[in-house]
Amino acid sequence: MINYDRTTDSRIFDWINYLLMILIIFATLYPFYYITIVSLSNGNAVLRDEVRFWPVGFTLESYRLVFENPAMSRSLMNSLLYTTVGTIINLVMTALCAYPLARPKFSGRIFFTWVVSLTMFFSGGLIPLYLVVLQLGIRNTMWALVLPVAINVWNMFILRTSFQGIPEELYEAATLDGANDLQTLFQVVLPLAKPVLATLLMFYAVGHWNEFFNALIYLDDRNKFPVQLILRNVVILGRFDQTNELSGGSDFAAIEQTLRYATIMVSTLPILAVYPFVQRYFVKGVMVGAIKA
Amino acid sequence: MTALVPRVRRRISFPHMVKVFQRDKYLYLMMLLPFVYFIIFHYIPMYGIVLAFKNFDISLGIMDSPWVGFKYFEEFFSNPYSWKLVWNTVALRLWHLSIGFPAPIILALLLNEIRQERFKRLVQTSSYLPHFISLVVVCGMVISFLATDGPINKIIMYFGGEPIQWMQRPEFFRPIYIFSGIWQDAGWTSVIYLAALTAINPELYEAAVIDGANRFQRLLYVTIPGIAPTVMIMFLLRVGQLLTIDFQRVLLLYTPATYETADILGTYIYRRGIVGADFSFATAVGLFQAVVGLVFLLGSNTIAKKLGQTSLW
Repeated sequence: MINYDRTTDSRIFDWINYLLMILIIFATLYPFYYITIVSLSNGNAVLRDEVRFWPVGFTLESYRLVFENPAMSRSLMNSLLYTTVGTIINLVMTALCAYPLARPKFSGRIFFTWVVSLTMFFSGGLIPLYLVVLQLGIRNTMWALVLPVAINVWNMFILRTSFQGIPEELYEAATLDGANDLQTLFQVVLPLAKPVLATLLMFYAVGHWNEFFNALIYLDDRNKFPVQLILRNVVILGRFDQTNELSGGSDFAAIEQTLRYATIMVSTLPILAVYPFVQRYFVKGVMVGAIKA
Repeated sequence: MTALVPRVRRRISFPHMVKVFQRDKYLYLMMLLPFVYFIIFHYIPMYGIVLAFKNFDISLGIMDSPWVGFKYFEEFFSNPYSWKLVWNTVALRLWHLSIGFPAPIILALLLNEIRQERFKRLVQTSSYLPHFISLVVVCGMVISFLATDGPINKIIMYFGGEPIQWMQRPEFFRPIYIFSGIWQDAGWTSVIYLAALTAINPELYEAAVIDGANRFQRLLYVTIPGIAPTVMIMFLLRVGQLLTIDFQRVLLLYTPATYETADILGTYIYRRGIVGADFSFATAVGLFQAVVGLVFLLGSNTIAKKLGQTSLW
């Protein structure tokens, strides 16, 4: 762009703008940093309010307690299981749905596109869906968490758009080589759509890992709770698991805050760890969605 | 003329249909599971809305439960608390439309003025991060930072003030809800506006510079008109969600002490329907919520069309 902004006003604006942006970075990242340093500090130092910019009395004690808490480690395993199974189901179902809708000559294309699109505007609501899950007999099982959300229509349309971007010649070549549509999907189309699949994989996986509400309404058995539900009990409701050796003891007040923050860190670490690598994909994904809309 | 051009007639005879089905059989096979999924988890629940007019008996099932007409709607509308709920829901949406909605737009406009690409990307990368953190963690952070002995109150006490019970006071609920929402999602939502900003034709800026427009004038006459359609569409979508506020955040942030301002239709449906197993009543409230939402969406879209602006369809 033409450089036309050498006036004083314009420079003052730039300075204020940069300052504001630095403030935004600080406001976004400092809470995470604060939680990290508190979780690594000595509980008494936290109580005396000495922790500001770095850990005071560095210790991994609260992390040891978190991992030794059987409820916590079990819930981490549960979340891992639900996320893995859920994401696999998501990807397979989304691809199976997107491929036929992307084929221009598919005779059922218009009908099925309507079937899918209508669900974006109309839904039965919370209670009717809850009753369906109840009547299917999958309440209080993993399936209640992964089946009702098997296809996200928005994601499905993103994938369909990317399938449509593949040159028609490739489809024809596959057909000439004697491949049926299923083989074309898995051997030709999906390998070409890898970047989009990676985006959807992350969208779906993050969604499953962070999900708490479905677990709250569908699961009764504490042994099946995902980590977010345990987190809700610990962080929001302030209930620590009774099996924890320290809970209720006199030392507990000292460690309560660090334990709470260590719990947050443990459940959020997987996201924080993959975030820098995948955030570009995310943005690409939402851009595709925004352009479609 | 018509006699000369051979008319292509669509053959929809039975043998033809069989042939087409034969040709597309793998495509239908692929569609089978997704189709079953949509029927079971989307269309059957839609049918389940009839529960709102029936006295649901779990042993009888949806089909055979007896009809009761508008009984649950009458029950809902005759209760003064229901109007409180409606107002709380609308008020939260209005707070959102006036503060939460402009935030990502302003962020996008400010980001757009930054010419150092690397710094811009740094700001974006960090402002997206909270979007990927779970709601439970974000609300947990809010609650613990605002706790009576939390960091915010420590700062207040440091300056000689009295600690405030933020989470227990109804008057603070709406700001807390809105600002925690901005903190979590403003960065991410700004992506949509940034995409719209990059779509503005650069020649418009060059022309404006030649006409002697300064930076602020370019913002006013090129940038803002350029993203206005996107803003309008997002605004319409939000107005259509007048009664369907993201209640999971409310569920995590409210306490019985703040129900006065915090209890909304979504949380009420959850408590009556899931916790209280009052299925028919809660379905009726949900239907009311959905119908009002649809009316507002259609209404705001019509108004937007009349004003000559972009509409959703």
